[in-house]
Amino acid sequence: MIYFDNSATTKPFKEVLDTYVTVSENYFANPSSIHCKGGETERLIHQARKMTASLLHVKPSEIIFTSGGTEGNNLAIKGIALKHSERGKHLITTMTEHAATFESFKYLESIGFDVTYLPVDEKGRISLEKLEKSMRKDTILVSIMHVNNEVGTIQPILEAGNIIRKYPKAFFHVDNVQGITKVPLSLKEAHIDLCTMSGHKFHGLKGTGILYVREGVTLSPLFTGGSQEGKLRAGTENVAGIVATVKALRMSFDQMKPGVKKMEQIKRFLINELSHIPGVLVNTPETYSAPHIVNFSVENMKPEVLIHSLEENNVFVSTRSACSSKQGGASRVLVAMGFNETRATNAIRISLAYQNTMEEAERFIELLKESISKLQEVMR
Amino acid sequence: MNHIYVDHAATSPVHPEVVEEMLPYLTEHFGNPSSIHFFGRKTRQVLDEARMICARSIGATANDIIFTSGGTEADNAALFGVANENKARGKHIITTQIEHHAVLHTCHELEKRGFEVTYLPVDQFGRIALSDLQAALRDDTILVSIMYGNNEVGTLQDIPAIGKMLEEHPAYFHTDAVQAYGLVDIDVNELHIDLLSISGHKINGPKGTGFLYVREGIAFRPHLFGGEQERKKRAGTENVAGIHGLAKAVSIMSQQRHERLKTYESFRDKMLSIFNEEGIQFELNGDKEHYLPHILNVSFPGIKAEVMLVNLDLAGIAASSGSACTAGSVLPSHVLVAMFGETDRVKTAIRYSFGLGNTLEKIEQVSRETVKIVKRLQK
Ligand SMILES: Cc1ncc(COP(=O)(O)O)c(C=O)c1O
Ligand SMILES: Cc1ncc(COP(=O)(O)O)c(C=O)c1O
Repeated sequence: MIYFDNSATTKPFKEVLDTYVTVSENYFANPSSIHCKGGETERLIHQARKMTASLLHVKPSEIIFTSGGTEGNNLAIKGIALKHSERGKHLITTMTEHAATFESFKYLESIGFDVTYLPVDEKGRISLEKLEKSMRKDTILVSIMHVNNEVGTIQPILEAGNIIRKYPKAFFHVDNVQGITKVPLSLKEAHIDLCTMSGHKFHGLKGTGILYVREGVTLSPLFTGGSQEGKLRAGTENVAGIVATVKALRMSFDQMKPGVKKMEQIKRFLINELSHIPGVLVNTPETYSAPHIVNFSVENMKPEVLIHSLEENNVFVSTRSACSSKQGGASRVLVAMGFNETRATNAIRISLAYQNTMEEAERFIELLKESISKLQEVMR
Repeated sequence: MNHIYVDHAATSPVHPEVVEEMLPYLTEHFGNPSSIHFFGRKTRQVLDEARMICARSIGATANDIIFTSGGTEADNAALFGVANENKARGKHIITTQIEHHAVLHTCHELEKRGFEVTYLPVDQFGRIALSDLQAALRDDTILVSIMYGNNEVGTLQDIPAIGKMLEEHPAYFHTDAVQAYGLVDIDVNELHIDLLSISGHKINGPKGTGFLYVREGIAFRPHLFGGEQERKKRAGTENVAGIHGLAKAVSIMSQQRHERLKTYESFRDKMLSIFNEEGIQFELNGDKEHYLPHILNVSFPGIKAEVMLVNLDLAGIAASSGSACTAGSVLPSHVLVAMFGETDRVKTAIRYSFGLGNTLEKIEQVSRETVKIVKRLQK
C-alpha cells in the first residue's frame, strides 16, 4: 500500500497509541477534581503543556489545548474579532485559506466586519506590498496560513509579521496546521500572536489540537463553562488525547530533520517525473513550497476517476483538501492562483509523511503512467 | 493505597471494551472520513453507524445527531446556535439558576451580547416550579434551556411536563442531559425536546467526545465554521476513534441501564442506612423522589467540605464538593446556594457519585470511613 494522503490525515505513531491507551486506562480522573486522582491527571496535562511550550519555544501559559485545527482557527479569528471590535472592524486574510478560516471570515463579514482578502500570485503567494497597503488604522486582525493545504505554498510569514508588528492594534494569527513539523517557523521571530496546530496531521489523534495564544492577548472564548485552559476553552480536557498528541509532536520534532530531507528528495523526484508525463501539469510551485505536498492536474481527466484507478492498485491520494473533496467544482485555491477552470477542477494532491520512501514514489509514478494511459485508452 | 473512586459525576473511567473497540480506528482505519478513497469510506461508515446508535438511544433520527468535543461544546453550540439564528424572532431566553456552568456562563455571555435571560429559581429540593416557567414565557422567548438531572445534587426536573408546556409555545426546548443520560429513558419525540446535550466521558466513553441532538427543521447556526462535516453544522475533522468509542459506550450503557439503576439505589440505601445507624448528623441535599440514583449529596454539619475532602482523600476515597469544574475554587456551589441560600449547609456538602467499578462492599467501606471521619470531626 502507498498512502500519499498525509495532509488529509496521518496514521498515529504506535507509541502515541500506547500512550493514549495507558492514560485512558490509568489516569481517568477529571483534572479539575481536587482529590489525589484529579491531581495526577492535572499533572499529566501540566507536563504536556510544558513539553509543548518547550518544543515551540514559548511559555506553558501560552498553550491552549483544543479539539483540532478547525476549533483553533475559529477560536483565534472569531475570538479576536469579537473581543476587540471596539478598536476596529477591519480584518485581513488571504484568498487561499483553509475553509475553517475562510468560513469564519465569511461569518464575521455577515455580522458587520470588513474583510480584505489578499490575492495570490501564480505560486500562491501573497504580496507583501499589498499586505502593507491593506493595513489600516482600524485593522485588528491579520490571518495568514503558513503552508497551504492544497498546493503546499509557503507564505512569507516572517516578513508579514514584521509588517504587522508596526500596527499595534492588529493581531497576527497563523494557521500552521500544515506547516508544523514540516517547515520551521519561529513564533517569536515572526511576531505571531496566535498560531493553530492540529494533532492528526502529525501522527497524533483526531479531535486534538493546539492553539498558541501569546501572553497578554485576550480573546472571547468559543466555549464558556468551567475554567479550564485559562478560561479560554471550557470543557473537561481530553487528557489521554492531549498527552498522546504532545508525544506525537515531540516524536515528529525528533525525526524532523532527516524526515524533511527525505520528503524534499521525494518531492523533487515527483515534480520532475510528473512534469515529463504528457498531459500532466504540476500546480505546486518549485520554490516557496513545503516538502510534503505535490499538486498536479491531468488534462481531460476527472480526478475522481484517476484516484479510483490508483486505488485499485492500493495507492491513496486525494483531490485537493479532504474537507471540501465532496463538493465538486474548481478548487478555490487554484483559481486564486490564476489557473483555468478545468485545471483547477482536475487537481490531485499527493501528500507525504516522513515514513514514505523513494521506492514508493517510483512505484507511484509507474502506476500513474499506467493509469493515465489506460484511462486515455478508454476515453478515446 | 487502594483508592475508591466515588466521583463518577465528575468523570468516569473508560470501559475496557470501549478502548479495545477504538484501537482499530487509531491503527489500520485511520482515514479522514471526508476522503473519497477506501480509508475515508471506511471511517465514514463507522461514523454513520455511531450516529445510528446514538440517535436510537434517544429516539431520534441519525441525521439529527451532531458529534462534538464534549458536553461543554454541545451546550455552547445549542445556546449560541439557537440564539444567534433566531434573534429576529426574539431575544429572550429562559434557564434555571442551577444549570452547569457550560449553560450558565453561555447565558451570561449572551446577556453581554444583548439577549435577556431569565434564571428560574428552585425550591430547597432543587426543582423549578412549572408555574414560574409558565409565567416567565413571553412572546419573544426563543429558547428554554433546563437541565434534565443536576450534576451536584442529582435532582431531576419534570422534563415531560416542561416539554408539554412548550409544545404550545414557539420557543425551542434544550435540555442538558449530560448526567441523566443512561439512567432515565429519553425519547426526544415523546418529551418534545428540540435540542439535547450529551458528554462521552460521563458514561464510560472517551473524554473529548459528546453529541448534540438538534431536531430537524430547527433554525440553528453552527458554532464552528469550516469544512462540511456533520451536515455543515459542526466543522472539523471528526474524532473517528472517539466517536466510535462513544457509540460503544452508549451500547453498553443501554444494555445495562436497569441493572445500574438497581445497583446505585442499593449503594444510596447502604450509605444512608449506615449514616443513620451510626447516628451521625447529616442532611441529604436533593429531591427524595425525583433524583438520579448515582449522585448522593450530603452535608455534614460543622465540617467544612474542604476538610472533609482532605480526610476522605487520606482515607483513599475520591469524592467531591460541588461540580469538578468549580471544585478547584472555594466559591460556594451556585446550585446549593440556589437551594438553601448562603448557609452552612452549602459549605459542608459532599458529593458521592457512583459508577463502573464500585461494589456494595466498597461503598460500605466508603460509608464506614465517612462515619469515622465525621465522628472525629463533629465532636
Ligand atoms: C491548513 C489547515 N487548517 C485547518 C485544518 C482543520 O484542522 P482539523 O481537521 O483538525 O479541524 C486543516 C485540515 O483539515 C488544514 O489543512
Ligand atoms: C450537567 C453537565 N453539563 C455539562 C457538562 C460538561 O461536559 P464536558 O465535561 O464533557 O465538557 C457536565 C460535566 O462536566 C455536566 O455535569
